[in-house]
Amino acid sequence: MATDAVQPAEVWTPFFGRLTLDWIPYHEPILVGTFGAIVLGGLVLLAILTKYRLWVPLWKDWITTIDHKKIGIMYMILGFIMFVRGFADALMMRAQQAMAAGGAEGYLPPHHFDQVFTAHGVIMIFFVAMAFVTGIMNYVMPAQIGARDVAFPFLNNFSFWMTVAGALLVNISLFVGEFARVGWLAFPPLSGSDYSTGPGMDYYLWSLQIAGVGTTLSGINLVATIFKMRAPGMKLFDMPVFTWTTLCTNVLIVAAFPVLTATLALLTLDRYLGTHFFTNDMGGNAMMYVNLIWIWGHPEVYILIIPIFGVFSEIVSTFSGKPLFGYKTMVWATACIMVLSFVVWLHHFFTMGSGANVNTFFGITTMIIAVPTGVKIFNWLFTMYKGRVRFEVPMLWTVGFLVTFTIGGMTGVLLAVPPVDFQLHNTLFLIAHFHNVIIGGVVFGVMAAVTFWWPKAFGFKLDDRWGKRSFWFWCIGFYFAFMPLYALGLMGVTRRMNAYMDSAWQIYFVIAAFGAGLIALGIASTFIGFFVSIKNRKALACGPDPWNGRTLEWAMQSPPAPYNFPQEVHVRGRDEWWRMKQEGFQWSEIYEPIHMPKNTASGVLIAAFALVLGFAMVWYIWWLAIVSFFACLAIGIAHTFNYNRDYWIPESDIAKQEQKGALA
Amino acid sequence: MSDHAHSHGTMGRLMVGFGLAAFLTIIPFALVMLEVDLPRNTLVGIIMGLGAVQIIVHLVYFLHINSSVEEGWTMAATVFSVVILGIVLAGSLWVMHNMNENMMPMHEMSPNMEMPGSSHGHEGHTPVDDPAATPAEPGTQG
Repeated sequence: MATDAVQPAEVWTPFFGRLTLDWIPYHEPILVGTFGAIVLGGLVLLAILTKYRLWVPLWKDWITTIDHKKIGIMYMILGFIMFVRGFADALMMRAQQAMAAGGAEGYLPPHHFDQVFTAHGVIMIFFVAMAFVTGIMNYVMPAQIGARDVAFPFLNNFSFWMTVAGALLVNISLFVGEFARVGWLAFPPLSGSDYSTGPGMDYYLWSLQIAGVGTTLSGINLVATIFKMRAPGMKLFDMPVFTWTTLCTNVLIVAAFPVLTATLALLTLDRYLGTHFFTNDMGGNAMMYVNLIWIWGHPEVYILIIPIFGVFSEIVSTFSGKPLFGYKTMVWATACIMVLSFVVWLHHFFTMGSGANVNTFFGITTMIIAVPTGVKIFNWLFTMYKGRVRFEVPMLWTVGFLVTFTIGGMTGVLLAVPPVDFQLHNTLFLIAHFHNVIIGGVVFGVMAAVTFWWPKAFGFKLDDRWGKRSFWFWCIGFYFAFMPLYALGLMGVTRRMNAYMDSAWQIYFVIAAFGAGLIALGIASTFIGFFVSIKNRKALACGPDPWNGRTLEWAMQSPPAPYNFPQEVHVRGRDEWWRMKQEGFQWSEIYEPIHMPKNTASGVLIAAFALVLGFAMVWYIWWLAIVSFFACLAIGIAHTFNYNRDYWIPESDIAKQEQKGALA
Repeated sequence: MSDHAHSHGTMGRLMVGFGLAAFLTIIPFALVMLEVDLPRNTLVGIIMGLGAVQIIVHLVYFLHINSSVEEGWTMAATVFSVVILGIVLAGSLWVMHNMNENMMPMHEMSPNMEMPGSSHGHEGHTPVDDPAATPAEPGTQG
């Protein structure tokens, strides 16, 4: 369709760059309505903050915090907010496809539909799944290794705010200009300057680059934390499995994200300076982009799922009351998956024209990944076998995961067969497959983790009934929403269609839309559950170890003190907290001052200017780009002269805090 | 950690490293500056080979990579990086070469390697209009 016709004319003025009033979509009722709702919500929030005098605490205790626990919680909040945005996109697509059959046009014009599916993919991967996973790792891992914080606390705060800056830039594109219409990985030549002329594609590039800085730094930070900050005595093979999976994931982040950064930088050069890395002429090659982006892209999906494997390992062994079956095989399976994730990328483009030998090689390596993953599934099953399994809400998600993820894994092995892939690539079968593993794996895992560690973070459990409702709506909704897509894919229905002629397909799309509705109820149940639990927090209050946990995070108070542990823990083996409980462990009442890092505003300030820089680059406002770039540099350099970075918590404060915790 | 003191090396080791590095630098310079009479390919091969040895010398003597530092994790991290780099570089070369072979069977054309205005006369930066050179639909999976 004529996507260019809907774009305003290209004009450039020195002050506003190419930003003109025509780029504000006030003629689109959906967007105006959304904008109105967000402004209204924002005003209510501002009013509440002002009324209860929360501005100073918000700034002091949260925005400038370098506490890994608070940063973890903020990552989760970011994840949930962006989840609502990404899910709204999903509902719009499901509604459009349920309507637009047999010549009907539906309600979304193609140029809008294309933005919706691009935004859905980008948001769900980069700002929902990544935010959730990083949040859980940030919160839990340092506690599991008996540390007081991460290795580089300031960097942690900075990483978080860079991720927020990227997320904000994506959302600004909703109301100022447009978003990319190119699919979540933006393959050239479609994403090149010839075919994507507006600012949408540039929003994509700059938001991912800014968020990518945060992700890479946070990866380095967490790897350093695991190697350098473990409690005395904790050997690598004493680490809880979740810490192991965090290590593998962050090694993958450090190894893979620079590839994404470089690839997007090359595409940016193509678009801004007219270079020819990925064009068809002047020696460029668009296929090289596809090759590079998937060298990052495949490890990326393992970055999302590996920590979730760790979450399920902790949950299974806790709720079975047994040590994890096959700890060492679990660790080695994770390490194998980590390395193997780098030798399978071509299975994302079997149909791009490689020969039989190349396709065969990558098909086989892909199938091999099913082996270590299968090892994990059996380890979890054998952990439950003859255990005293308690079917609490986290365990429900785990069982839901085991079944759903296995189905997704099998369709994945199916797609790994190149001839099958030639039939199914680019169809809804593929869409069903990866939602099967991402929802059944990552989303279920995040929900399980939130239910599991919520009592640790806040000192009270989540409401059981709403947790169960959320699980059942999600689980059943998932099958309604995605099983029809498998069928449609086998019929040859391609992805990313905003309308189709064959009205026999419509019933499948209607069922899928119904499933999406069930999932919406599941999400609503989660939020209602949060609300109800916070309201009843007195009744739901629980001690520091409500699930009879096995690892060190349960030795902290709930909610934990800023310093995590009043004394250093000396670790003698795996499941140290379990052993400590058997021995009737008590914290000593002789405290020593604890050395802690101080809050700083540098991270959020640099990220704010990075956001301005991104916006200026998108709209070609060069003066603003230069100013904000130097502002970032200046704040960064000024921060290095800040020597007032640490403080001591005196014994008396620790004693007071510990007494309060003992009473709770 | 306890083995921290080891990781900075001794003066002796640093000097050995310095000697090796200097030696490995002088040879290729000498080969070029003294205009030693060797076939060009052999010369390039020697220089590249000595460069590779130089990298290893730096890693071992200056960055103190060995199997005992940090319980061997420094070594493991280095090996991991090299393996990943190898996979990515060799894999990309293989994949892209194989694709070029398959997608552009008419070797004499190879328009992707060409500058505008040369023998085939494509007009500058218009998209290539030669059907043989147009890539197939980029595989749009996952």
